[in-house]
Amino acid sequence: MSQPTKSNRKLLIGLVLGSIGMFGFGFALVPLYDVLCDTLGINGKPQGTASSYEAVVVDKERTITIEFIAQVQGSMPWEFGPKVNRIQVHPGELTRTAFLAKNLSAKPLVGQAIPSVSPGQGAAYFNKTECFCFNQQPLAAKADAELPLIFYVDPDLPDSIKTLTLSYTLYDITDKQTAAIEQGAAR
Amino acid sequence: MSTITKDTTEAHDGQSHDGHDDHHHGAPKGIMRWILTTNHKDIGSLYLWFSFIMFLTGGAMAMVIRAELFQPGLQLVDPNFFNQMTTVHGLIMVFGAVMPAFTGLANWLIPMMIGAPDMALPRMNNWSFWILPFAFAILLSSLFMEGGGPNFGWTFYAPLSTTYSPDTTALFVFSVHIMGISSIMGAINVVVTIVNMRAPGMTWMKLPLFVWTWLITAFLLIAVMPVLAGAVTMVLTDKYFGTSFFDAAGGGDPVMFQHIFWFFGHPEVYIMILPSFGIISAIVPTFSRKKLFGYSSMVYATSSIAILSFLVWAHHMFTTGMPVFAELFFMYCTMLIAVPTGVKVFNWVATMWRGSITFETPMLFAVAFIILFTIGGFSGLMLAITPADFQYHDTYFVVAHFHYVLVTGAVYSIMAAAYYWLPKWTGHMYSETLGRWHFWCSTISVNVLFFPMHFLGLAGMPRRIPDYAIQFADVNQIVSIGGFAFGLSQLIFLAVVIKCIRGGEKAAGKPWEGAEGLEWTIASPAPYHSFTTPPEVK
Repeated sequence: MSQPTKSNRKLLIGLVLGSIGMFGFGFALVPLYDVLCDTLGINGKPQGTASSYEAVVVDKERTITIEFIAQVQGSMPWEFGPKVNRIQVHPGELTRTAFLAKNLSAKPLVGQAIPSVSPGQGAAYFNKTECFCFNQQPLAAKADAELPLIFYVDPDLPDSIKTLTLSYTLYDITDKQTAAIEQGAAR
Repeated sequence: MSTITKDTTEAHDGQSHDGHDDHHHGAPKGIMRWILTTNHKDIGSLYLWFSFIMFLTGGAMAMVIRAELFQPGLQLVDPNFFNQMTTVHGLIMVFGAVMPAFTGLANWLIPMMIGAPDMALPRMNNWSFWILPFAFAILLSSLFMEGGGPNFGWTFYAPLSTTYSPDTTALFVFSVHIMGISSIMGAINVVVTIVNMRAPGMTWMKLPLFVWTWLITAFLLIAVMPVLAGAVTMVLTDKYFGTSFFDAAGGGDPVMFQHIFWFFGHPEVYIMILPSFGIISAIVPTFSRKKLFGYSSMVYATSSIAILSFLVWAHHMFTTGMPVFAELFFMYCTMLIAVPTGVKVFNWVATMWRGSITFETPMLFAVAFIILFTIGGFSGLMLAITPADFQYHDTYFVVAHFHYVLVTGAVYSIMAAAYYWLPKWTGHMYSETLGRWHFWCSTISVNVLFFPMHFLGLAGMPRRIPDYAIQFADVNQIVSIGGFAFGLSQLIFLAVVIKCIRGGEKAAGKPWEGAEGLEWTIASPAPYHSFTTPPEVK
């Protein structure tokens, strides 16, 4: 008599474990997504850490146009923009530029700039040796700052790409500061 | 096999009333019968009534939407309330109307179709139904709270549902959790029942297609409902506990929300259509008085649709800026689904070919299903073309498409099923005259309602917005009139069902001449306990 009950229970346990497993899989999609985007280089997300500039050969034959754009997310009372909007570089050439930020409000705020490169396939070739986006940017009330960016374009950049656009979106993380530090503000 | 019988009946008896050895007693009386019931027929009826109440509730919200869109400009409701209506209409129709209706049909029919005395896990069955009203009470109550209910669309894209959502979002999250648990339990029950409780001789390739399609649907449910639960949980922690799954400032990505959501969402649309395929595959042969053409190809087609459904989710997101190879991959996979679906439509038409067809109400709905669902399939193919989708995305063309597959697809098949099995459920024939009135009123009005939406979409009218440009006024007026007519037509259905329950011509055990299947071998109305001794299937 216990035979069907037993097989019911066995199947039941298997199916319940299956659905718990799929619940876990939903969360596993989060790191999986990042890994896939990184390896395939499809999300326009440049590397979140500083690259080293060693033994890079400058390719004088090619010229790449680099465009900079910046926006402030939501109603954050900051002015934020690139110092120059567009520069021409040779692949492999180390270039220095900067963004300008100004806190217009009467209280100190912390910003976090999130970069994105378009076209997305170019993101993997956009190397930064120094970037303000690796850290948070605290600014006192009414203060301003020049935020440095030193980068080079990998000479292996596919020939089809002639222009790279680097976009920064500035988020107000004054309230979320602690959470942001834990979650990898290094990006 | 008789041991199963004994076992499940004991579980039933132990809970609701004193144990009998006589299995042929009737149902216990009073409200407690419905609260404590573990009988698959009772639970099936509860699911079906619940689903119909939700259908009318969600329908009332659609009426608010169509009333607001009757004229350009803002007339009746403010935009925030309009957004709540589109959101809750979607949630209720998907999770409250279509899915519970299918679970109700599964409860009523699967045990009778496979010759089992009841579902395999009757107490869990009771739970999976009774948590559902609470889920929807929570969801609907949020509409009356300060800040209003969910207003971010049923797809609850981040950051709309995280950064910009009302304070009641936690209630939305919990109600979706409960709905998810309910349908997972229902799905587990279906799988265990079909795997373990088939009558002797009921081999896999003898299963009625409704059972097959539900088995595959149940696996889809178990695979993707937990992912939805994960997605709403992430929204919950992002909004209230400072995580950054979907917040770029903290290293997250709002586009990832769409990937996770549609990983659930696309199989979900097949969850809402595969049981329909099973229903139509039962009805068309009956009224064509022929065997179903291509039974095994139907089984394989259903399985391949289910597998492919996991590989097409990003066709909902072509405009998020995916790389070209990903867009092509998802475009081709999506188009590939048209092949097994085409096999099904071909088989239904081939079944009717040279059949001796009569057009009773279930057959009318089934034939309308085949034609109108195919129209929805074709507009789906148009949407699958990536470059074309850039134009159609988020327009009324999309609204027209998914209402053709969900209303004239899923809902029509449920109507067809209700008419087809009502004599079995109630023991009375429904009124054929009223049934035809219901069919023709519905079919004319539903096309007036949804067909012109294609043109609105192609002309560029965006969806989910309470106002529109003046040139869309005339067509919107026609659409709204169709909407009101379709809504009212469903009251005829309510009348048919009530009339049929209360009386009418006595139905024979097998009221349809051409019907096949074990459910027709027992009396009408189906006795409270059926197949207590399993039938022998040859």
